[in-house]
Amino acid sequence: MRRILAVARKETRHILRDPRSLAVAIAMPLIMVVLYGYAIDMELKRLTVAFLDLDRTPASSELQMEITSSNFITPVQAIPNRSEIESGFRRGMFRAVVVIPEGYSEKLATSLESPVQILIDGADGSTAAVVDNYLNAAIARINRKLASEAFGVETLPIEARTRILFNPQLISAHFVVPGLVALVLVMICALLTSIAIARERETGTLEQMLTSPVAPAQVIVGKVLPYIVIGAIDAALILAVGRFVFDVPMNGSWFVLAGYTILYIIISLGLGLLISTFAKTQQVAMIAALMGTLLPTLILSGFLFATSSMPFMLRQISKLIPATYYLRIIRGLMLKGQLWFPFETVALVTLGTVILSVAIFRFKERLD
Amino acid sequence: MTLNHSHSSNLAVVAKDLTRCFGNFTAVDNLQLEVSRGEIFGFLGANGAGKTTAIRMFCGLLKPTSGEAWVDGLPISRDSEKIKRRIGYMSQRFSLYDDLLIEENANFFGGVYGLSKKEIELRIAEQFERLGLTKQKRTLTSELPLGFKQRLALACAMMHRPRLLFLDEPTGGVDPIARREFWDLIYETAEDGATVFVTTHYMDEAEYCSRVSIMKDGKIVALGVPAELKRKHGTQTMEDLFLKLVGVSGESGESVE
Repeated sequence: MRRILAVARKETRHILRDPRSLAVAIAMPLIMVVLYGYAIDMELKRLTVAFLDLDRTPASSELQMEITSSNFITPVQAIPNRSEIESGFRRGMFRAVVVIPEGYSEKLATSLESPVQILIDGADGSTAAVVDNYLNAAIARINRKLASEAFGVETLPIEARTRILFNPQLISAHFVVPGLVALVLVMICALLTSIAIARERETGTLEQMLTSPVAPAQVIVGKVLPYIVIGAIDAALILAVGRFVFDVPMNGSWFVLAGYTILYIIISLGLGLLISTFAKTQQVAMIAALMGTLLPTLILSGFLFATSSMPFMLRQISKLIPATYYLRIIRGLMLKGQLWFPFETVALVTLGTVILSVAIFRFKERLD
Repeated sequence: MTLNHSHSSNLAVVAKDLTRCFGNFTAVDNLQLEVSRGEIFGFLGANGAGKTTAIRMFCGLLKPTSGEAWVDGLPISRDSEKIKRRIGYMSQRFSLYDDLLIEENANFFGGVYGLSKKEIELRIAEQFERLGLTKQKRTLTSELPLGFKQRLALACAMMHRPRLLFLDEPTGGVDPIARREFWDLIYETAEDGATVFVTTHYMDEAEYCSRVSIMKDGKIVALGVPAELKRKHGTQTMEDLFLKLVGVSGESGESVE
């Protein structure tokens, strides 16, 4: 215990004596969350749509009004003729064009069957899908209105009445911010420990320490302890930004979240230790820690893409990523108010035990 | 020679057929060695001769490929943890934390040796006084001149009163006066009853040792009291002896890697 404390005290002194690194460790996660949180939020609210109205009747103006009444769609200047569409897309003036053909209102009045063309910029696939959804939803709304006017009924024969639970307005931040907590924590924690160990390897102090009777496990525990505090501070700040800046609800319990978050921090620090057993220098450790955590967490954990829609092999890999489980827990807690995660708990504890054991084992081996 | 009884004998370090290979390269080749308690033993050789590899095995940082060694009577293959409590090790890089105060460095190494707070304070007071570090106690280590860093490294290696001290090129890069002063400290340490096992490539320092060995390509090519060795090989100085046996001079040997 004395030895662990000696290592922890020394590590704390390193941290406090280097205020610039400390500032980076605390400010970087905050900046990332604010940037990502806003970037993803803004993108979906300002979808630009242009109209090419060849009909020029009250009915066609009504259609335009109805579409642009949505919060998410921002109309841009109308296009005078078809030849301008392609160049507009090329210059990025709009994401989609709604073409109302000549005779739109006449067909609508006589046959209740009047086609409207929608052109979408497919270069950015995910935005294209969102634009498509918004425009279709707007047109469905108009259809219901027209049907009720024509047939005097409020409803169509079959009507899907969707009610979205847990994040009813599909506010992207509510989905994204918990993911950012998972991403930023694993990155910063892995980075901190891998650098801390690689630095001692570089300066030879690690070897000096290991000629003393201190055990590798004691070195590791002592080194990790102060960083748990930094990880916890980071987590608290990110969650506070999520809660108060992005209004992410907390339907579960902060205590349960704190418990799981500390577990996740310890696993992430262990990941940094593991990386440091492969890295010879601080630079290598830094790059490995960032690449080794950023990409898998971003792509394979379910942060951006649902794991259930992944090919078999990738789905298996995603099961080895701690963020996969932490994400389910934090989303479940904050959005759904779920409090008990037996499967995820077992998975996280198992992953953590394996990662730390391998790290300690390799740490010993590397001395030879 | 009854090595099996070495633990009860008066030997601080014994090596028998000690060998360490790195891939195809044999760094230490069937090393045979006996160092008595209280000796200042000079472990000489050009760089790459295998000195550091041998010391790292004695200190428990490396496992031998074959053979065995006993440190303070304990076999390194089995008792490296016990050995670590009894030895002090000072590496050629003075591995200290530059961003800690002098006192904090000593404090830390006292802590990893499991000393109590009281013992640590006592040892710091004692040693800093002896090594002339008391005034600089609250100085940042990075601001110390090299000669003082070297003394601090010695203080850190001796926090737990080791019976055996391994010094790997302790005087590298330090000016002649500081080297002379450091050797006075080594003498004092030996007079207090500790065994000092020291490597150096300064041949004037080799003259200060009670016995020396000269290593070449992982093997010991000469072993004995400096004066006797010089007489036997008919050389005037240790420098000449070294040149004759190893083929490079001690100091230029530094560039042989």
